[in-house]
Amino acid sequence: MKTFPIGGVHPSENKLSRGVAIERLPLPDQVTIPLAQHIGAPATAQVAKGDKVLTGQLIAAASSFMSANIHSPISGVVTAVEPVLNGQGLRQMMITIKREGDEWLETIDRSPEIKYECNLTPAEIIAKIKEAGVVGMGGATFPTHVKLSVPPGRKAEYLIINGVECEPYLTSDHRTMLERGEELLVGVTILMRTLSVNEAYVGVENNKPDAISHLRELVAGNAHFKGIHITPLKVQYPQGGEKQLIAAVTGRQVPPPPALPIHVGAVVCNASTTVAVYEAVQKNKPLIERVVTLTGKCVKSPKNLLTRMGTPISALIEAAGGVPEELGKVVNGGPMMGRAIVNLQAPVTKGCSGVTLFAEQEALRKEPSACIKCAKCVSACPMGLEPYLLSKYSRKRNWEAMEQNDITSCIECGCCQFTCPANIPLLDYVRQGKQIVMGFIRARDAAEGPKK
Amino acid sequence: MTNKLIVAPAPHVHGSDSTRRIMRDVILALMPAFAVSLWVFGLDVLRVTAIAILSCMLVEWLIQKFLFKEPSTLGNLSAVVTGLLLSFNLPASIPWWIVVIGAVVAIGIAKMSFGGLGKNPFNPALVGRVFLLIAYPVQMTSFPAVERPALDALSGATPLAAVKFGVAADMVPVENLLLGLMPGSLGEVAAVALLAGFVYLLWRKVITWHIPVAVLGTMALFAAVYGAFSFATPHEVFSFTLFHLLAGGAILGAVYMATDYATSPMTTKGAVIYAVGIGVITMCIRLWGAYPEGMSFAILIMNAVTPLLNKYVKPKRFGKK
Repeated sequence: MKTFPIGGVHPSENKLSRGVAIERLPLPDQVTIPLAQHIGAPATAQVAKGDKVLTGQLIAAASSFMSANIHSPISGVVTAVEPVLNGQGLRQMMITIKREGDEWLETIDRSPEIKYECNLTPAEIIAKIKEAGVVGMGGATFPTHVKLSVPPGRKAEYLIINGVECEPYLTSDHRTMLERGEELLVGVTILMRTLSVNEAYVGVENNKPDAISHLRELVAGNAHFKGIHITPLKVQYPQGGEKQLIAAVTGRQVPPPPALPIHVGAVVCNASTTVAVYEAVQKNKPLIERVVTLTGKCVKSPKNLLTRMGTPISALIEAAGGVPEELGKVVNGGPMMGRAIVNLQAPVTKGCSGVTLFAEQEALRKEPSACIKCAKCVSACPMGLEPYLLSKYSRKRNWEAMEQNDITSCIECGCCQFTCPANIPLLDYVRQGKQIVMGFIRARDAAEGPKK
Repeated sequence: MTNKLIVAPAPHVHGSDSTRRIMRDVILALMPAFAVSLWVFGLDVLRVTAIAILSCMLVEWLIQKFLFKEPSTLGNLSAVVTGLLLSFNLPASIPWWIVVIGAVVAIGIAKMSFGGLGKNPFNPALVGRVFLLIAYPVQMTSFPAVERPALDALSGATPLAAVKFGVAADMVPVENLLLGLMPGSLGEVAAVALLAGFVYLLWRKVITWHIPVAVLGTMALFAAVYGAFSFATPHEVFSFTLFHLLAGGAILGAVYMATDYATSPMTTKGAVIYAVGIGVITMCIRLWGAYPEGMSFAILIMNAVTPLLNKYVKPKRFGKK
């Protein structure tokens, strides 16, 4: 069975909510929408306090190519456009809207039937995706219209749909593939049309056999889905990492940064994002809601909740049985790469595929001890780096040595720290050093001026 | 909301591996060989092993408490592993005080003086053994006669020593080598038991196959080529090769000593170079050196090369040509 070529770990999967059907979360009374919820420049607010907005109406516009539109997830009145505390407890520009009913913009097609045909040109499709504010929903939030705009001189050969969901606990992509498989596949055909490729590969880890067989049946049963292949992959974290997935499916390795997947002819799109592409292109529906997995061993009833953006995370916790008594840590995302948050009023954003709760006992880190040079971090690193060495250089503030040892290739997947028998916080050091080195590189590039 | 939330960067989960678990697995892997040794050499094995382990633990505890003034590190079981391996490298008849001196050298000099676990450049148990070999050559090379029906002709000298001084390699029955029915250090004798432990370590992912296989493979190749020039029949070449793999400390060294984490290279490529070096040096010492056995010296010499290999042999980076 296919998988990526080097490193990786296999954490306990704990997919507690895998069998729980997607459930619609009741509409919140108020939403807060951050202007920066994608990679790139923050969007520019298009509304002011007191404005009335409809569900699906543009409230913040992309401020550059590398940015994304944001739409109102509910109808109501804008009560504030000001800095509000985010999950980390930092102030961040947000639009606050108080809900009045749920009145949608008329142009949005909310009918349940599936629209298969798409006769738009690639440029028209990309324009619609950009208009709808679609960004990568697997967590990286890279604007999808940028990804689909293949730079001149490059050609897409492989379209890969990321249905891997290698993060433990999370099941939102899994449920989406099961329950919205047809829309997903139409989305794939639209992306194939956009990139002018005849074949697409949906990579799904082998721990989701129901999704694999469901998608295969759909593909086999409809001539419209010709050229789509469902590729089962061996369960191995971080297979959902873009570079790992490309290597697993195609055998090609994306060169170190600044090279992008398109350098090896690959474009990767997450499964939920592909459904969002379908809705944007076929239904004129902007990205205003998403499936969020609310999970954790201490959660009473783990759920997959179809949630409007801007809904406070506390509302999701309530819907899954309330705040557990022994709660110790709340993570926006999965346990391997998610971010711990302190403010439960923080909103669900486009990149929030799940919220994982940990009891205090699970949340505490184990005491680190001496490095025994077991080299398990080296063999676990999916990028072929030497985490023990990078973390040593980081502690010694030896940035040159970090750069020479390819720190910029680190994808911060956490395999090294997960596997370390001495409980050394390897990634803490590596990440810190990487940020500093990246800062130096940016400054150096800026000083050298634009490259020819 | 009255809960105080814990904040830390990802990852938020950790694997089940720990230093203590790894050390416990190494101890378990050595148990079959320990049992065979007890059967072959009798209760003296228990005496030597117990003294070695207890004195290693004591030395580490004393240094940790009175010199480093830090909490005890006995819980990670690494001192037990060093003690066990040290005893495996000693004859069962060795006086108790020599064992204690070996433990002081192994833990006190080879391990703790560099800062303790993970920081030592040389394998502590082997430094202990080699120190004793040089300081107490008589006691270290007189081996008790095997108590089981064994090879009378060879009692008192190890098969390697016997062969070195003129006995043909195929005089030593292979069954005896496999089962440990030969004179020798107490842990090196039973090839089958040591290999069972090897399989266990592989299964528990404590070590990978690279170092043991590369060490033994190199030795086999070396012995076969040497044999091809020295003997007339293929049978003789074969038994000469097999003999070198099974006799002496080849398997003990390749599986349990050369794979020591702190003193072996961090990358697979580096580890293979290191292992080939051990195989070549061992065979050179065995065939042309003053000692019948060369495993300990070979490992220590390659330990010294390890930092260099770590510096220059890098893993293959993802996406780099």
